[in-house]
Amino acid sequence: MRMLINSPETVVADALRGMAAAHPELDVDVERRVVVRRNARGGGRVGVVSGGGSGHEPLHAGFVGYGMLSAACPGEVFTSPVPDQMLRAAAAVDSGQGVLFVVKNYTGDVLNFEMAAELAEEDGLRVERVLVNDDVAVTDSLYTAGRRGTGATLFVEKIAGAAAEEGAPLERVAELARRVNASSRSFGVALSACTTPAKGSPTFDLPDGELELGIGIHGEPGRERRAMMPAREIAEIAVGAVLEELAEVGPAGGPVLALVNGMGATPLLELYGFHAEVARVLAERGVTVARTLVGNYVTSLDMAGCSVTLCRVDEELLRLWDAPVRTAALRWGR
Amino acid sequence: MRDAEFFRRWMTAAGAAVEREADRLTELDSPIGDADHGSNLLRGFTAVRAALEAGPAATPGAVLQLAGRTLISTVGGASGPLYGTLLRRTGKDLGEAAEVSDEEVRKALYAGVGAVAQLGGAAPGDKTMLDALVPGVAALSASYRVAADAAEGGARATVPMLARKGRASYLGERSIGHQDPGATSSALLLAALADTADAADAADPAGSA
Repeated sequence: MRMLINSPETVVADALRGMAAAHPELDVDVERRVVVRRNARGGGRVGVVSGGGSGHEPLHAGFVGYGMLSAACPGEVFTSPVPDQMLRAAAAVDSGQGVLFVVKNYTGDVLNFEMAAELAEEDGLRVERVLVNDDVAVTDSLYTAGRRGTGATLFVEKIAGAAAEEGAPLERVAELARRVNASSRSFGVALSACTTPAKGSPTFDLPDGELELGIGIHGEPGRERRAMMPAREIAEIAVGAVLEELAEVGPAGGPVLALVNGMGATPLLELYGFHAEVARVLAERGVTVARTLVGNYVTSLDMAGCSVTLCRVDEELLRLWDAPVRTAALRWGR
Repeated sequence: MRDAEFFRRWMTAAGAAVEREADRLTELDSPIGDADHGSNLLRGFTAVRAALEAGPAATPGAVLQLAGRTLISTVGGASGPLYGTLLRRTGKDLGEAAEVSDEEVRKALYAGVGAVAQLGGAAPGDKTMLDALVPGVAALSASYRVAADAAEGGARATVPMLARKGRASYLGERSIGHQDPGATSSALLLAALADTADAADAADPAGSA
Protein backbone atom coordinates (compact mmCIF):
# COMPACT_ATOMS: atom_id res chain seq x y z
CA MET A 1 0.00 0.00 0.00
CA ARG A 2 1.52 3.33 -1.05
CA MET A 3 0.84 6.35 1.13
CA LEU A 4 1.97 9.95 0.86
CA ILE A 5 3.64 9.90 4.27
CA ASN A 6 7.07 10.01 5.86
CA SER A 7 6.40 7.22 8.35
CA PRO A 8 3.34 5.74 10.07
CA GLU A 9 4.61 7.03 13.42
CA THR A 10 4.69 10.66 12.30
CA VAL A 11 1.51 11.04 10.21
CA VAL A 12 -0.42 13.05 12.80
CA ALA A 13 2.47 15.35 13.69
CA ASP A 14 3.33 15.86 10.01
CA ALA A 15 -0.27 16.80 9.19
CA LEU A 16 -0.30 19.28 12.05
CA ARG A 17 2.93 20.86 10.78
CA GLY A 18 1.21 21.19 7.41
CA MET A 19 -1.85 22.81 8.98
CA ALA A 20 0.40 25.28 10.77
CA ALA A 21 2.13 26.14 7.51
CA ALA A 22 -1.12 26.48 5.55
CA HIS A 23 -3.17 28.32 8.17
CA PRO A 24 -1.25 31.03 10.00
CA GLU A 25 -4.56 32.11 11.55
CA LEU A 26 -4.41 28.97 13.75
CA ASP A 27 -2.17 28.33 16.74
CA VAL A 28 -0.99 24.77 16.15
CA ASP A 29 0.90 23.06 18.96
CA VAL A 30 2.40 20.13 17.05
CA GLU A 31 4.13 18.65 20.09
CA ARG A 32 1.08 18.71 22.37
CA ARG A 33 -1.47 18.21 19.61
CA VAL A 34 -3.81 21.08 20.15
CA VAL A 35 -5.13 23.37 17.40
CA VAL A 36 -6.46 26.68 18.72
CA ARG A 37 -8.15 29.59 17.01
CA ARG A 38 -5.85 32.62 17.20
CA ASN A 39 -6.87 34.95 20.03
CA ALA A 40 -9.47 32.42 21.17
CA ARG A 41 -9.96 34.13 24.54
CA GLY A 42 -10.21 37.58 23.04
CA GLY A 43 -13.92 37.88 22.46
CA GLY A 44 -15.10 36.83 25.91
CA ARG A 45 -17.02 33.98 24.28
CA VAL A 46 -17.88 30.48 25.39
CA GLY A 47 -15.17 28.10 24.19
CA VAL A 48 -16.26 25.26 21.93
CA VAL A 49 -13.74 22.41 21.98
CA SER A 50 -13.89 19.11 20.17
CA GLY A 51 -11.51 16.33 19.36
CA GLY A 52 -11.23 12.72 18.45
CA GLY A 53 -9.05 10.30 16.61
CA SER A 54 -7.24 11.50 13.49
CA GLY A 55 -8.20 10.08 10.10
CA HIS A 56 -11.54 11.96 9.83
CA GLU A 57 -10.14 15.16 8.32
CA PRO A 58 -11.21 17.89 7.95
CA LEU A 59 -13.02 16.97 11.23
CA HIS A 60 -12.09 18.45 13.77
CA ALA A 61 -9.11 20.76 13.26
CA GLY A 62 -10.44 21.89 9.87
CA PHE A 63 -13.43 23.39 11.70
CA VAL A 64 -11.44 25.60 14.08
CA GLY A 65 -11.97 29.31 13.49
CA TYR A 66 -14.51 32.13 13.42
CA GLY A 67 -18.04 30.92 14.05
CA MET A 68 -17.20 27.29 14.76
CA LEU A 69 -14.66 25.53 17.05
CA SER A 70 -12.36 27.41 19.41
CA ALA A 71 -9.96 24.46 19.57
CA ALA A 72 -9.53 20.85 18.50
CA CYS A 73 -7.53 17.96 19.94
CA PRO A 74 -6.44 15.38 17.36
CA GLY A 75 -5.61 11.93 18.71
CA GLU A 76 -3.65 9.18 17.04
CA VAL A 77 -5.33 7.70 13.96
CA PHE A 78 -8.79 6.45 15.03
CA THR A 79 -7.81 6.80 18.70
CA SER A 80 -9.34 9.26 21.12
CA PRO A 81 -7.02 12.04 22.27
CA VAL A 82 -5.87 11.99 25.91
CA PRO A 83 -7.20 14.18 28.74
CA ASP A 84 -4.00 16.28 28.81
CA GLN A 85 -4.78 17.60 25.31
CA MET A 86 -8.36 18.50 26.20
CA LEU A 87 -7.24 20.28 29.37
CA ARG A 88 -4.71 22.33 27.41
CA ALA A 89 -7.33 23.22 24.82
CA ALA A 90 -9.86 24.21 27.49
CA ALA A 91 -7.31 26.37 29.29
CA ALA A 92 -6.29 28.01 26.00
CA VAL A 93 -9.85 29.04 25.05
CA ASP A 94 -11.57 29.75 28.37
CA SER A 95 -12.32 33.43 28.83
CA GLY A 96 -14.26 32.84 32.03
CA GLN A 97 -17.46 32.06 30.11
CA GLY A 98 -16.93 28.30 30.27
CA VAL A 99 -16.18 25.62 27.71
CA LEU A 100 -18.35 23.17 25.78
CA PHE A 101 -16.81 19.78 24.93
CA VAL A 102 -18.34 18.27 21.78
CA VAL A 103 -17.80 14.52 22.14
CA LYS A 104 -18.57 11.82 19.59
CA ASN A 105 -20.11 8.80 21.27
CA TYR A 106 -17.30 6.25 21.35
CA THR A 107 -16.19 4.65 24.60
CA GLY A 108 -12.67 6.09 24.29
CA ASP A 109 -13.74 9.65 23.52
CA VAL A 110 -16.38 9.58 26.25
CA LEU A 111 -13.95 8.32 28.92
CA ASN A 112 -11.12 10.69 28.01
CA PHE A 113 -13.36 13.77 27.81
CA GLU A 114 -15.01 12.74 31.08
CA MET A 115 -11.63 12.63 32.82
CA ALA A 116 -10.65 15.95 31.23
CA ALA A 117 -13.92 17.60 32.33
CA GLU A 118 -13.40 16.46 35.92
CA LEU A 119 -9.83 17.79 35.97
CA ALA A 120 -10.88 21.09 34.32
CA GLU A 121 -13.61 21.59 36.89
CA GLU A 122 -11.07 20.96 39.65
CA ASP A 123 -9.07 23.80 38.05
CA GLY A 124 -12.12 26.04 38.35
CA LEU A 125 -13.36 25.93 34.74
CA ARG A 126 -17.02 25.55 33.90
CA VAL A 127 -17.42 22.67 31.47
CA GLU A 128 -20.45 21.25 29.70
CA ARG A 129 -20.33 18.15 27.51
CA VAL A 130 -22.57 17.24 24.60
CA LEU A 131 -22.53 13.73 23.17
CA VAL A 132 -23.06 13.29 19.44
CA ASN A 133 -24.79 9.98 18.61
CA ASP A 134 -26.54 10.11 15.26
CA ASP A 135 -25.71 6.81 13.53
CA VAL A 136 -28.88 4.78 13.02
CA ALA A 137 -26.96 1.61 12.09
CA VAL A 138 -26.22 0.99 15.75
CA THR A 139 -28.85 -0.08 18.25
CA ASP A 140 -29.16 2.41 21.07
CA SER A 141 -29.89 0.64 24.33
CA LEU A 142 -28.57 0.32 27.86
CA TYR A 143 -26.84 -2.89 26.83
CA THR A 144 -24.75 -1.41 24.03
CA ALA A 145 -22.21 1.38 23.68
CA GLY A 146 -25.05 3.31 21.99
CA ARG A 147 -25.26 4.99 18.60
CA ARG A 148 -21.99 6.29 17.16
CA GLY A 149 -21.25 9.94 16.52
CA THR A 150 -20.71 10.62 12.80
CA GLY A 151 -21.87 13.29 10.33
CA ALA A 152 -24.03 15.21 12.81
CA THR A 153 -20.82 16.31 14.54
CA LEU A 154 -20.41 18.91 11.79
CA PHE A 155 -23.94 20.28 12.38
CA VAL A 156 -23.39 20.40 16.16
CA GLU A 157 -20.01 22.13 15.89
CA LYS A 158 -21.27 24.69 13.35
CA ILE A 159 -24.42 25.64 15.25
CA ALA A 160 -22.85 25.61 18.72
CA GLY A 161 -19.94 27.67 17.35
CA ALA A 162 -22.32 30.21 15.79
CA ALA A 163 -24.20 30.58 19.07
CA ALA A 164 -20.93 31.05 20.98
CA GLU A 165 -19.80 33.62 18.40
CA GLU A 166 -23.01 35.61 19.07
CA GLY A 167 -22.19 35.66 22.78
CA ALA A 168 -24.70 33.06 24.00
CA PRO A 169 -23.96 31.76 27.52
CA LEU A 170 -22.62 28.25 28.11
CA GLU A 171 -25.95 26.68 29.09
CA ARG A 172 -27.57 28.04 25.94
CA VAL A 173 -24.74 26.87 23.66
CA ALA A 174 -24.91 23.41 25.24
CA GLU A 175 -28.70 23.29 24.91
CA LEU A 176 -28.54 24.18 21.21
CA ALA A 177 -25.83 21.58 20.63
CA ARG A 178 -27.95 18.89 22.28
CA ARG A 179 -30.97 19.95 20.26
CA VAL A 180 -29.04 19.67 16.99
CA ASN A 181 -27.80 16.22 17.96
CA ALA A 182 -31.25 15.05 18.99
CA SER A 183 -32.62 16.28 15.65
CA SER A 184 -29.99 14.52 13.51
CA ARG A 185 -29.58 10.99 12.17
CA SER A 186 -27.00 9.41 9.82
CA PHE A 187 -26.39 6.26 7.82
CA GLY A 188 -23.12 5.24 6.13
CA VAL A 189 -22.13 2.91 3.30
CA ALA A 190 -18.65 1.61 2.41
CA LEU A 191 -17.51 0.54 -1.05
CA SER A 192 -14.03 -0.28 0.25
CA ALA A 193 -12.34 -0.68 3.62
CA CYS A 194 -9.78 1.90 4.70
CA THR A 195 -6.09 1.38 5.39
CA THR A 196 -4.62 2.71 8.61
CA PRO A 197 -0.99 3.86 8.34
CA ALA A 198 -0.04 1.63 11.30
CA LYS A 199 -1.45 -1.54 9.75
CA GLY A 200 -0.72 -0.80 6.11
CA SER A 201 -3.45 -3.08 4.77
CA PRO A 202 -7.25 -2.75 4.64
CA THR A 203 -8.97 -3.06 8.02
CA PHE A 204 -11.48 -5.51 6.62
CA ASP A 205 -11.85 -7.56 3.49
CA LEU A 206 -14.52 -6.37 1.07
CA PRO A 207 -14.61 -8.40 -2.15
CA ASP A 208 -15.23 -6.75 -5.50
CA GLY A 209 -18.88 -6.45 -6.30
CA GLU A 210 -20.02 -6.07 -2.68
CA LEU A 211 -20.71 -3.18 -0.34
CA GLU A 212 -21.08 -2.73 3.42
CA LEU A 213 -24.20 -1.10 4.80
CA GLY A 214 -24.26 0.68 8.16
CA ILE A 215 -20.57 1.40 8.54
CA GLY A 216 -18.94 3.71 11.05
CA ILE A 217 -16.02 6.04 10.48
CA HIS A 218 -13.22 3.93 11.94
CA GLY A 219 -12.82 1.26 9.33
CA GLU A 220 -14.97 -1.09 11.36
CA PRO A 221 -17.17 -3.25 9.15
CA GLY A 222 -20.87 -2.52 8.95
CA ARG A 223 -23.91 -4.50 9.98
CA GLU A 224 -24.61 -6.10 6.66
CA ARG A 225 -22.97 -6.94 3.36
CA ARG A 226 -24.86 -6.88 0.05
CA ALA A 227 -24.15 -7.18 -3.64
CA MET A 228 -23.10 -3.87 -5.19
CA MET A 229 -26.03 -1.78 -6.41
CA PRO A 230 -26.57 1.47 -8.32
CA ALA A 231 -26.44 4.82 -6.50
CA ARG A 232 -30.22 5.20 -6.73
CA GLU A 233 -30.78 2.04 -4.69
CA ILE A 234 -28.09 2.93 -2.14
CA ALA A 235 -29.74 6.34 -1.69
CA GLU A 236 -33.10 4.69 -1.08
CA ILE A 237 -31.64 2.45 1.64
CA ALA A 238 -29.63 5.23 3.32
CA VAL A 239 -32.29 7.93 3.23
CA GLY A 240 -34.97 5.42 4.20
CA ALA A 241 -33.01 4.31 7.27
CA VAL A 242 -32.39 7.91 8.35
CA LEU A 243 -36.00 9.05 7.82
CA GLU A 244 -37.39 6.07 9.69
CA GLU A 245 -35.52 7.10 12.84
CA LEU A 246 -35.94 10.81 12.22
CA ALA A 247 -39.69 10.25 12.48
CA GLU A 248 -39.18 9.86 16.24
CA VAL A 249 -37.69 13.34 16.38
CA GLY A 250 -40.63 15.36 15.15
CA PRO A 251 -43.42 15.62 12.62
CA ALA A 252 -42.49 14.84 9.04
CA GLY A 253 -42.51 17.64 6.51
CA GLY A 254 -40.35 20.15 8.39
CA PRO A 255 -37.19 21.38 6.68
CA VAL A 256 -33.88 19.55 7.07
CA LEU A 257 -30.19 20.23 6.66
CA ALA A 258 -28.70 17.56 4.42
CA LEU A 259 -25.08 16.42 4.48
CA VAL A 260 -23.98 14.02 1.76
CA ASN A 261 -20.57 13.16 3.07
CA GLY A 262 -17.74 11.36 1.32
CA MET A 263 -15.69 8.87 3.32
CA GLY A 264 -12.40 9.98 1.78
CA ALA A 265 -11.83 8.10 -1.47
CA THR A 266 -15.05 8.73 -3.35
CA PRO A 267 -14.75 11.45 -6.03
CA LEU A 268 -17.05 14.47 -5.90
CA LEU A 269 -18.36 13.42 -9.31
CA GLU A 270 -19.81 10.31 -7.67
CA LEU A 271 -20.92 12.18 -4.54
CA TYR A 272 -22.92 14.71 -6.55
CA GLY A 273 -24.45 11.93 -8.61
CA PHE A 274 -25.37 10.18 -5.38
CA HIS A 275 -26.78 13.42 -3.99
CA ALA A 276 -29.06 13.69 -7.01
CA GLU A 277 -30.60 10.39 -5.89
CA VAL A 278 -30.74 11.52 -2.25
CA ALA A 279 -32.55 14.71 -3.28
CA ARG A 280 -34.96 12.68 -5.42
CA VAL A 281 -35.81 10.28 -2.57
CA LEU A 282 -36.30 13.18 -0.14
CA ALA A 283 -38.61 14.93 -2.60
CA GLU A 284 -40.61 11.74 -3.12
CA ARG A 285 -41.01 11.41 0.65
CA GLY A 286 -42.15 15.03 0.95
CA VAL A 287 -39.10 16.26 2.86
CA THR A 288 -38.08 19.89 2.31
CA VAL A 289 -34.33 20.39 2.17
CA ALA A 290 -33.40 23.82 3.55
CA ARG A 291 -29.62 23.59 3.02
CA THR A 292 -27.30 21.00 1.50
CA LEU A 293 -23.62 20.26 1.90
CA VAL A 294 -21.90 17.77 -0.43
CA GLY A 295 -18.26 16.87 0.13
CA ASN A 296 -15.66 15.14 2.28
CA TYR A 297 -16.19 16.44 5.82
CA VAL A 298 -16.26 13.48 8.24
CA THR A 299 -14.01 10.96 6.56
CA SER A 300 -12.51 7.58 7.29
CA LEU A 301 -9.00 7.81 5.78
CA ASP A 302 -9.13 6.32 2.27
CA MET A 303 -12.43 4.51 2.61
CA ALA A 304 -14.65 4.73 -0.46
CA GLY A 305 -18.31 5.35 0.25
CA CYS A 306 -20.55 7.96 1.76
CA SER A 307 -22.91 8.83 4.54
CA VAL A 308 -26.17 10.73 4.63
CA THR A 309 -26.99 12.95 7.61
CA LEU A 310 -30.26 14.82 8.00
CA CYS A 311 -31.04 17.34 10.74
CA ARG A 312 -34.52 18.73 11.32
CA VAL A 313 -34.23 22.48 11.79
CA ASP A 314 -36.45 25.31 12.96
CA GLU A 315 -35.89 28.98 12.12
CA GLU A 316 -33.40 29.47 14.93
CA LEU A 317 -31.20 26.50 14.02
CA LEU A 318 -31.32 27.51 10.35
CA ARG A 319 -30.29 31.07 11.19
CA LEU A 320 -27.31 29.76 13.21
CA TRP A 321 -26.39 27.39 10.37
CA ASP A 322 -26.40 30.34 7.94
CA ALA A 323 -24.33 32.53 10.29
CA PRO A 324 -20.85 33.42 8.98
CA VAL A 325 -18.09 30.87 9.44
CA ARG A 326 -14.42 31.00 8.56
CA THR A 327 -12.42 27.81 9.06
CA ALA A 328 -10.03 25.78 6.95
CA ALA A 329 -12.78 23.49 5.66
CA LEU A 330 -16.02 25.44 6.00
CA ARG A 331 -16.39 29.12 5.21
CA TRP A 332 -19.18 31.39 4.09
CA GLY A 333 -20.83 34.71 4.65
CA ARG A 334 -17.89 36.73 5.82
CA MET B 1 6.63 -9.36 50.63
CA ARG B 2 6.77 -7.39 47.39
CA ASP B 3 8.64 -4.08 47.13
CA ALA B 4 8.62 -1.25 44.59
CA GLU B 5 11.23 -3.04 42.48
CA PHE B 6 8.86 -6.01 42.09
CA PHE B 7 6.20 -3.73 40.60
CA ARG B 8 8.71 -1.96 38.36
CA ARG B 9 9.71 -5.40 37.05
CA TRP B 10 6.04 -6.28 36.50
CA MET B 11 5.52 -3.13 34.44
CA THR B 12 8.72 -3.82 32.47
CA ALA B 13 7.60 -7.40 31.81
CA ALA B 14 4.15 -6.17 30.76
CA GLY B 15 5.79 -3.71 28.36
CA ALA B 16 7.97 -6.48 26.91
CA ALA B 17 4.91 -8.72 26.47
CA VAL B 18 3.02 -5.94 24.70
CA GLU B 19 6.02 -5.33 22.46
CA ARG B 20 6.29 -9.05 21.64
CA GLU B 21 2.56 -9.40 21.00
CA ALA B 22 1.80 -5.97 19.49
CA ASP B 23 1.25 -7.32 15.99
CA ARG B 24 -1.06 -10.08 17.26
CA LEU B 25 -3.08 -7.57 19.33
CA THR B 26 -3.43 -5.32 16.29
CA GLU B 27 -4.36 -8.32 14.15
CA LEU B 28 -7.10 -9.32 16.64
CA ASP B 29 -8.29 -5.70 16.60
CA SER B 30 -8.70 -5.68 12.81
CA PRO B 31 -11.85 -7.74 12.21
CA ILE B 32 -13.79 -6.31 15.17
CA GLY B 33 -12.07 -3.02 15.95
CA ASP B 34 -9.84 -0.53 14.21
CA ALA B 35 -6.50 -2.31 14.09
CA ASP B 36 -4.51 -0.28 16.58
CA HIS B 37 -4.69 -2.00 19.98
CA GLY B 38 -1.10 -3.25 19.79
CA SER B 39 0.44 0.03 18.69
CA ASN B 40 -1.57 2.03 21.24
CA LEU B 41 -0.55 -0.13 24.20
CA LEU B 42 3.03 -0.24 22.98
CA ARG B 43 3.15 3.57 22.97
CA GLY B 44 1.73 3.58 26.51
CA PHE B 45 4.05 1.00 28.03
CA THR B 46 7.09 2.57 26.35
CA ALA B 47 6.14 5.80 28.11
CA VAL B 48 5.59 3.89 31.39
CA ARG B 49 9.12 2.50 31.20
CA ALA B 50 10.54 5.99 30.61
CA ALA B 51 8.46 7.46 33.46
CA LEU B 52 9.54 4.75 35.89
CA GLU B 53 13.19 5.21 34.95
CA ALA B 54 12.91 8.96 35.40
CA GLY B 55 10.50 9.07 38.32
CA PRO B 56 11.08 8.65 42.03
CA ALA B 57 8.32 6.07 42.62
CA ALA B 58 9.57 4.49 45.84
CA THR B 59 6.63 2.33 46.93
CA PRO B 60 4.52 -0.34 45.21
CA GLY B 61 1.54 2.03 45.27
CA ALA B 62 3.53 4.89 43.77
CA VAL B 63 4.89 2.70 40.96
CA LEU B 64 1.42 1.57 39.87
CA GLN B 65 -0.11 5.05 40.21
CA LEU B 66 2.66 6.56 38.08
CA ALA B 67 2.22 3.80 35.51
CA GLY B 68 -1.55 4.36 35.47
CA ARG B 69 -1.26 8.14 35.08
CA THR B 70 1.23 7.65 32.26
CA LEU B 71 -1.11 5.28 30.39
CA ILE B 72 -3.98 7.77 30.72
CA SER B 73 -1.72 10.53 29.32
CA THR B 74 -0.35 8.59 26.38
CA VAL B 75 -2.62 5.78 25.15
CA GLY B 76 -5.92 7.48 24.34
CA GLY B 77 -8.88 5.47 23.10
CA ALA B 78 -10.78 3.42 25.65
CA SER B 79 -7.73 1.38 26.65
CA GLY B 80 -5.89 4.41 28.05
CA PRO B 81 -8.47 5.36 30.69
CA LEU B 82 -9.38 1.72 31.42
CA TYR B 83 -5.84 0.34 31.88
CA GLY B 84 -4.80 3.60 33.53
CA THR B 85 -7.66 3.32 36.01
CA LEU B 86 -6.86 -0.34 36.69
CA LEU B 87 -3.29 0.48 37.69
CA ARG B 88 -4.04 3.76 39.47
CA ARG B 89 -6.81 2.27 41.56
CA THR B 90 -4.72 -0.81 42.37
CA GLY B 91 -1.83 1.48 43.33
CA LYS B 92 -4.06 3.68 45.50
CA ASP B 93 -5.35 0.62 47.28
CA LEU B 94 -1.80 -0.50 48.08
CA GLY B 95 -1.32 2.77 49.97
CA GLU B 96 2.11 4.04 50.95
CA ALA B 97 3.65 0.85 52.35
CA ALA B 98 7.21 0.12 51.24
CA GLU B 99 6.36 -3.58 50.98
CA VAL B 100 3.05 -5.34 50.45
CA SER B 101 1.91 -8.94 50.91
CA ASP B 102 0.47 -11.05 48.12
CA GLU B 103 -2.86 -10.90 49.93
CA GLU B 104 -2.72 -7.10 49.77
CA VAL B 105 -1.88 -7.28 46.06
CA ARG B 106 -4.88 -9.55 45.52
CA LYS B 107 -7.25 -7.18 47.31
CA ALA B 108 -5.84 -4.15 45.52
CA LEU B 109 -6.19 -5.75 42.08
CA TYR B 110 -9.74 -6.72 42.99
CA ALA B 111 -10.46 -3.04 43.70
CA GLY B 112 -8.71 -2.06 40.47
CA VAL B 113 -10.82 -4.40 38.37
CA GLY B 114 -13.94 -3.09 40.13
CA ALA B 115 -12.97 0.45 39.09
CA VAL B 116 -12.56 -0.69 35.47
CA ALA B 117 -16.03 -2.25 35.52
CA GLN B 118 -17.52 0.93 36.95
CA LEU B 119 -15.77 3.26 34.49
CA GLY B 120 -16.51 1.20 31.39
CA GLY B 121 -19.98 0.11 32.41
CA ALA B 122 -19.33 -3.42 31.17
CA ALA B 123 -19.93 -6.78 32.86
CA PRO B 124 -18.37 -10.21 32.35
CA GLY B 125 -19.80 -11.73 29.17
CA ASP B 126 -19.82 -8.43 27.26
CA LYS B 127 -16.64 -9.45 25.36
CA THR B 128 -14.29 -6.92 26.96
CA MET B 129 -11.11 -6.92 29.04
CA LEU B 130 -13.24 -7.80 32.06
CA ASP B 131 -13.71 -11.31 30.65
CA ALA B 132 -10.01 -11.91 31.36
CA LEU B 133 -9.58 -9.68 34.41
CA VAL B 134 -12.52 -10.94 36.45
CA PRO B 135 -11.66 -14.69 36.35
CA GLY B 136 -7.98 -13.77 36.66
CA VAL B 137 -8.43 -11.76 39.83
CA ALA B 138 -10.84 -14.36 41.25
CA ALA B 139 -8.08 -16.99 40.92
CA LEU B 140 -5.38 -14.84 42.56
CA SER B 141 -6.02 -16.50 45.93
CA ALA B 142 -4.54 -19.71 44.46
CA SER B 143 -1.41 -18.20 42.88
CA TYR B 144 -0.27 -15.62 40.35
CA ARG B 145 0.24 -18.42 37.81
CA VAL B 146 -3.25 -19.85 38.29
CA ALA B 147 -4.61 -16.32 37.91
CA ALA B 148 -2.69 -15.80 34.67
CA ASP B 149 -4.02 -19.09 33.30
CA ALA B 150 -7.57 -18.18 34.30
CA ALA B 151 -7.22 -14.83 32.53
CA GLU B 152 -5.87 -16.55 29.42
CA GLY B 153 -8.81 -18.97 29.52
CA GLY B 154 -11.15 -16.00 29.95
CA ALA B 155 -9.66 -14.27 26.92
CA ARG B 156 -10.11 -17.41 24.80
CA ALA B 157 -13.68 -17.72 26.03
CA THR B 158 -14.53 -14.36 24.42
CA VAL B 159 -14.38 -15.95 20.94
CA PRO B 160 -18.03 -17.10 20.79
CA MET B 161 -19.32 -14.04 22.67
CA LEU B 162 -21.46 -11.28 21.17
CA ALA B 163 -19.85 -7.91 21.97
CA ARG B 164 -22.09 -5.58 23.96
CA LYS B 165 -19.57 -2.84 24.82
CA GLY B 166 -16.70 -1.18 23.04
CA ARG B 167 -15.96 -0.78 19.36
CA ALA B 168 -16.73 -4.43 18.56
CA SER B 169 -20.32 -4.00 19.75
CA TYR B 170 -21.13 -2.02 16.57
CA LEU B 171 -20.79 -5.27 14.65
CA GLY B 172 -23.59 -6.99 16.51
CA GLU B 173 -23.79 -10.68 15.53
CA ARG B 174 -20.70 -10.31 13.37
CA SER B 175 -18.53 -9.82 16.46
CA ILE B 176 -19.03 -13.54 17.23
CA GLY B 177 -16.08 -15.80 16.38
CA HIS B 178 -13.27 -13.35 17.21
CA GLN B 179 -11.15 -13.18 20.35
CA ASP B 180 -11.41 -9.83 22.11
CA PRO B 181 -8.16 -7.81 21.86
CA GLY B 182 -8.69 -6.10 25.24
CA ALA B 183 -9.23 -9.41 27.02
CA THR B 184 -6.10 -10.71 25.28
CA SER B 185 -3.92 -7.82 26.46
CA SER B 186 -5.41 -8.13 29.97
CA ALA B 187 -4.29 -11.77 30.04
CA LEU B 188 -0.80 -10.62 28.98
CA LEU B 189 -0.73 -8.20 31.92
CA LEU B 190 -1.54 -10.97 34.42
CA ALA B 191 0.91 -13.36 32.72
CA ALA B 192 3.62 -10.71 33.15
CA LEU B 193 2.71 -10.52 36.84
CA ALA B 194 3.02 -14.32 37.20
CA ASP B 195 6.39 -14.31 35.38
CA THR B 196 7.63 -11.55 37.67
CA ALA B 197 6.50 -13.44 40.77
CA ASP B 198 8.04 -16.70 39.53
CA ALA B 199 11.38 -14.97 38.92
CA ALA B 200 11.29 -13.25 42.32
CA ASP B 201 10.36 -16.45 44.16
CA ALA B 202 13.04 -18.46 42.36
CA ALA B 203 15.62 -15.89 43.42
CA ASP B 204 14.37 -15.75 47.00
CA PRO B 205 12.14 -18.71 47.90
CA ALA B 206 11.46 -17.26 51.35
CA GLY B 207 10.39 -13.93 49.92
CA SER B 208 6.97 -14.91 48.66
CA ALA B 209 4.18 -14.06 51.01
